[in-house]
Parts: sequence; structure tokens; C-alpha cells
Amino acid sequence: MNPVLKLLIEGGQLTTAQMAQIAGLTEAAVNQHLEQLKKDKIFLGWRPVLDLSQEAAAAAAVRAVIEVKITPERGGGFNRLAERIGRFDEVESCYLMSGGFDLLLFVKGSSLHKVASFVSEKLSTIEGVLSTSTHFMLRCYKDQGFLFDQGEMQNTRLNVAP
Amino acid sequence: MNPQDFIARHIVTLPKSGIRDFFELVAKMKGQDVISLGVGEPDFVTPWHIREAAIFALERGKTYYTSNLGLIELRRAISTYVEEHFSVSYRPEDQIIVTVGVSEALDLAFRAFCNPGDKVMFHQPCYVSYHPSVTLVHGQAIAVPTYAKDNFALTAEALRAAWQPGAKILMLNLPCNPTGGTCTREQLEKIAAFCREKDLLVLSDEIYSELTFDGVHTSIASLPGMVERTIFLHGFSKAFAMTGWRIGYACGPAVLIDAMMKVHQYSMMCASIIAQEGAIEALTRGWDAVLKMREQYHRRRDLVVRRFNEIGLKCHSPRGSFYAFPDVTATGRTEKEFAVGLLEKEKVAVVPGVAFGENGAGHVRACFATSYEQLIEACDRIARFVETPKK
Repeated sequence: MNPVLKLLIEGGQLTTAQMAQIAGLTEAAVNQHLEQLKKDKIFLGWRPVLDLSQEAAAAAAVRAVIEVKITPERGGGFNRLAERIGRFDEVESCYLMSGGFDLLLFVKGSSLHKVASFVSEKLSTIEGVLSTSTHFMLRCYKDQGFLFDQGEMQNTRLNVAP
Repeated sequence: MNPQDFIARHIVTLPKSGIRDFFELVAKMKGQDVISLGVGEPDFVTPWHIREAAIFALERGKTYYTSNLGLIELRRAISTYVEEHFSVSYRPEDQIIVTVGVSEALDLAFRAFCNPGDKVMFHQPCYVSYHPSVTLVHGQAIAVPTYAKDNFALTAEALRAAWQPGAKILMLNLPCNPTGGTCTREQLEKIAAFCREKDLLVLSDEIYSELTFDGVHTSIASLPGMVERTIFLHGFSKAFAMTGWRIGYACGPAVLIDAMMKVHQYSMMCASIIAQEGAIEALTRGWDAVLKMREQYHRRRDLVVRRFNEIGLKCHSPRGSFYAFPDVTATGRTEKEFAVGLLEKEKVAVVPGVAFGENGAGHVRACFATSYEQLIEACDRIARFVETPKK
């Protein structure tokens, strides 16, 4: 496996200089790998993981998951509608699901009102959208592998041990 | 009255661990930005599913003593695990005893097998407690040197050279703390032949065996004619990142395990039931986590060894464990000067090799069980320290 891709999959918290040291490559080679992965559309980009409950990070603090039922189309199935819905800036993620509904959206907005109006004015009015069910997120405990409350993780390891 | 007079003579003369002195030194730097490569344990927290199994055991009210030998479910799991990974079969009923870490198992073995004056051979540099453990049972410890030129593998030649008439026990720790040295199967076969020739009992501490990066780990117990003269010692601390749980085990011939059990039942009674429950979970569902951690250690080893050699600290690539044991003599400093200077000037803690016996002179032990960021920063600091001329 591409050594840089491997490091990305493991968490991607390293700088390119650190990746270079770990993989035993030059930093230029790491950047080359990253460029190639972007060209191959495997690596799409970086995103920070923020604790949105903190005042300083609260710019887009309202998040919701929305279950959407849609009508599949002859020839394209769910793809055309899913891609169309996914183009809205408010939609962070969009998945096709098995089970009781078709699409699962992760949506963010700066206020409850903004998310609500996205659902009622944009999403529900798209032809082919049969119904939506919106769940607002109240609190985040873990996101993208990061636990938010690290209280239990206090480092009590001794500095020198046999 | 002088309280000192109450202390037993062999304790008065027993030296404190060299690690202890260094620990005090590092403790004084509290609050400063010290990167410690001085630890002897994984940086990973015990995998959550193991911790959760122990919590579940508490919730179900598992708070009692267990059998002296340990929970039979755990001994069955150990039997299966040891057979799968080390190719040796032990009966759960009478050939396995669960202990409070390998440390207790080792103490039981020395107390059960060593008469006052009996000779115990051990390779050195080695884990800090081997020699004192022999002293505590009034045995006579014989150090067998291992050398950087052999990548700190124990050789049958060195063993033969150090052997003395009356030697009874050989203590092995492969892969080795602090050197990371291990023996190939061929080297181990020669050692086994020597043990059979001299009728030695082998105590084999294989706590780092899962952390073997190059080649396959071979247990001396699996070699022909050895299972009947070997006590296989193992535990959960390193592979499953469970150091603080204090849980290990010993496997061997029933009559020898029974002798160890006698000491255990009067001193420890049994290992903590909560740790035993966690250990069952570790053995039955923890292997994926072990492989993940091993891969991380492997890459960190490659990083650290490469950087040390670039810096000019000659360092063999340890085949196992999470310790690098570079030679620091090229810097014109002794291992103590190097470790103290590095700590004071650049705030990186490594352990002077002599803490692991006089054969560790000229080396320091650097544990690479820490994050990449810290390792890279530590290597940068060490490089800066080495470039600074010694006053």
C-alpha cells in the first residue's frame, strides 16, 4: 500500500515532515504521493475536527441528521437526486442507506432557523423527495474518532520505569 | 536501639535499582517539557473492549477470590493461546498458574527451585530484577555477557564460558529488555543443547515475544527435550498494553507448577479476579489490537534506529521489544554523562545502560513506545545534544 495513504488512514494528524520521517521518505516525496492521491481522487482534502460546543468554534454550531425518502428514477436509481442534494453547502455528508429511508444527510447551519428553512424551502421542495425526518443533534461525544471528554485519559504514566 | 539493625543482612547489602536514582532525577524536572524515552511500558491504553470486559465483570459481582491457580476459563484460554502462538501444549488443570505479573511468577520460581547457594545463570544486560531476585532467595547469580556485535543475542559460547560447576538454573529473557536482543532458532537450539548437557532448568521470560518484528519468535520450550525442563513465563503487560493490571502466568511440568503454587497460595493466594476477567477477554478477542500495536512499534523502531545511526549513535536494529539500545561512546561521554547531560540540556530522558548490569556500559536504553511526534522531537533534541561539544 502507498505508505502515505496508510498514514492518512491511520488518523492523518501528522505534518508532511513527520510523515516523511516515519515512512523514511523525503518531504518532497510525501508531497508527491499526496498530489498523486489527489489526482486519483482517493484523497479529497483535509478537514479539522472541532468541538462545536466551545464558544470559539461555534460558527456553524447547529447540526442535524435528516432521513430522506426519495423516488428512484429509471436508469439512474438514486444517484441523480443524491448528487443534487449533496451540492447544497448545508449538506456535510450524504449517504445512500438500506432500510426504512433512502438518504441520510448530515446538515449544518449557523442557527436552528437556517437549518429548518433549508429543509422546508430547499430539500422538501425538490421533485422526487417524498418525505424528510429531521433530528437535531444535542451534544457530541465522539466525532471522527476523537473523544470529546478526555477526562479519563489523564496521563499517569511514570517517566522512568524498569 | 537502631532501627537499621532490624533489617535483614541480605537486604541491607541489596543495592537499589539504578533506575530508581534516575527516576528521582527526572522527577525533579517536573513541570518542564521533558520527553521521556525512559519508560518500560506501552504508550497505548489497554484496548477498550478489555477494559469494558473488566467493568462488566464488576457489574456482575465478580469480586471473590479465585482458585489459587487462577480461573479455569483463563487457564483454558492461556493453554489455547500458548499452543497456537508458541507450539507448546500445557494442560489447563495442572500445568498453568496465573500470577500477579511475570514478576510474581519469577519470584515464585526462584523461591520454589533455588536452594541457598544454588547457582543461577542469566544473560546481561537484562531486566533490573533478575539478579536481586536470586539474591533474595540466597542464590548465587552468574551473569553471562551479551554483546553489541551479536545484536545482544545470547550465544551458547558465552554461556559455556561463564558456566560454573553446580549451576542449576538458566534465566532467559528473549526478546530482551533493555537490548531488544533475541536468538534465532539455530542459536536457541545450541543453548537448549547446552541446557540438556548441563542439566539446567530454564526460566524463560517471553513477555516481549509478540513484539518480534523480524522473523518468527521461537520459544525454547518448544524445542525437543526442553518442555520438561522449562518454565515458560508470560503475561499481558506488553502485548496487550496491560502493565497496571499486574497479570501474568507460568506454564511448566505439573510437579514444578505445583511447587510454585505452594509459594503462591501462602503469599499471594490468587491474582485479582478483575484482571483475570480482562485477561480472558484479551486472549479471546484481543489479537487484532496486538497486531495493530506491533505494526506501530515496528515503524517507530525503524524511525528511531535510522535517526540514531544518522546522528552517530551506533544502534543495532532490535529484532523485538520496544527498546533501542544505542552505543553512546562515540560522543566521548559515558552512558551516565550522556543520560544526565541529555536530560539537563535537552530534556530528554533515556536510561543509562549500567542500570541493567555492568555489561550495559557505553549504552543507553531508549524506549520507542511513544508517539511519532514525541519521537521525532526527541531525535531532533538528541541530535542537537550530540553536536554540542562536551565541555
